[in-house]
Amino acid sequence: MTTLIKYIKSFTLFELMKGLKLTITYFFKPKVTLNYPNQKGPISPRFRGEHALRRYPNGEERCIACKLCEAVCPAQAITIEAEPKPDGSRRTSRYDIDMTKCIYCGLCEEACPVDAIVEGPNFEYATETREELLYDKEKLLRNGDIWEKQISENLKRDSKYR
Amino acid sequence: MTSLSFEITIGILKIFSFVVPVLVSVALLVYLERKVLGAVQLRKGPNVVGPFGILQSFADVIKLLTKENLLPSSSNKFLFIFAPMLTLILSLIAWAVIPISSTYVIANINIGILYLFAVSSFGVYGVIIAGWASNSKYPFLGALRSAAQMISYEVSIGFVIITVLICVGSLNLIEIVESQKNMWFAIPLLPMFVVFIISALAETNRLPFDLPEDEATLVAGFFTEYSSISFGLFFLAEYANMILMSSLTVILFLGGWYPPIDIFPLNAIPGIFWFIIKVFLILFVFLWVRATFPRYRYDQLMRLGWKIFLPLTLIWVVITSAFLFYFGLLPN
Repeated sequence: MTTLIKYIKSFTLFELMKGLKLTITYFFKPKVTLNYPNQKGPISPRFRGEHALRRYPNGEERCIACKLCEAVCPAQAITIEAEPKPDGSRRTSRYDIDMTKCIYCGLCEEACPVDAIVEGPNFEYATETREELLYDKEKLLRNGDIWEKQISENLKRDSKYR
Repeated sequence: MTSLSFEITIGILKIFSFVVPVLVSVALLVYLERKVLGAVQLRKGPNVVGPFGILQSFADVIKLLTKENLLPSSSNKFLFIFAPMLTLILSLIAWAVIPISSTYVIANINIGILYLFAVSSFGVYGVIIAGWASNSKYPFLGALRSAAQMISYEVSIGFVIITVLICVGSLNLIEIVESQKNMWFAIPLLPMFVVFIISALAETNRLPFDLPEDEATLVAGFFTEYSSISFGLFFLAEYANMILMSSLTVILFLGGWYPPIDIFPLNAIPGIFWFIIKVFLILFVFLWVRATFPRYRYDQLMRLGWKIFLPLTLIWVVITSAFLFYFGLLPN
């Protein structure tokens, strides 16, 4: 009897029809694709994207050239040189990040005592040449100015979990 | 003299009126395939080029045309270039006998089905020449597989066609369709219809029988070494063959240009539209099957062809002819 059922099933293509039925139900299901450049997925406030150097609201640089980020960086992507400013404050004269070396671990962000270096929410910074990915202080500060609003909001949203 | 040149002009125009729609529907079919596969996998498919991405295939063709055509140094140059041309030409000349409606056909010959069968059997030459001329192992293995597969499934396709011919009593494609005016052959010959669709999948090297171009084992099968437009011609030929096989299915089993039921709102639509709708319905089944089933193993493919389809179709030929003979329904 079971062999008979088996033969009937294989001659009526029962299993194949079951498979076809499944795929046709998926055919009519709503699609999950995001139209990427026009539509973007949600990003966590902890997202580790492109780096930025932040400023205080009065426009002064936050970074005090303590070099903790340089020391902690596992990929040794950060290079810092520092000298005292005319007003006696300690500031960096050079702050470079090699974005081709960076592994986006976020340790620089963790190490920073003044929340100066952060990894912002931006992930669309592909370039046409390698040189453009060797960020200097000017570029990082400009990033900070562009993304400050979102960065501070993300830091605030994430602060209770830190 | 003028009447001769007039006739030649008309003939060329007629040929173009078939070839151009076929090529356009190839583009449409490639787009449709990507859309259907996307939808089944919960994706959207191409939707950027043109409205709903409908111009995607044309963008792909332009990309292929602007690429460099590579000739492998160890290949047989003439045959290497000749093979894709042969494949495409064979898949296009078959359209000469396909009747889109009761009057619209390039060549209304009385052995239409035989001609189609011959031309589709020739298709394997293009594949074998391509595989051999590439002088490389994957294309060669792909070509061998393709040859064996096409020959095996042509046997069962032949018997299916014989069954239909016994019911019609003519090799003319228009007469085959006209004999289905009251009842499509898909209903009384349902098992043959299913066997024909499955064999058509194998004949056109479509999934789940696309072993000649099995990515996992053969890179791309017989056109591994091809690039640029010579690859494009193979691609075009494969899809043109798919459309050809589905129109053959429509002609043999689904009543060609006749509406499903001969009542007012349905029979007011011109037959050509019914034909196109049915062809695309069968093509959708091809794509649906591709989206559903994994690839067969080669010995399973051969087992299905020789040990199941061949006896099944053979028995059905005997049953059909015995039935028609006993009830005196044989066409004269």
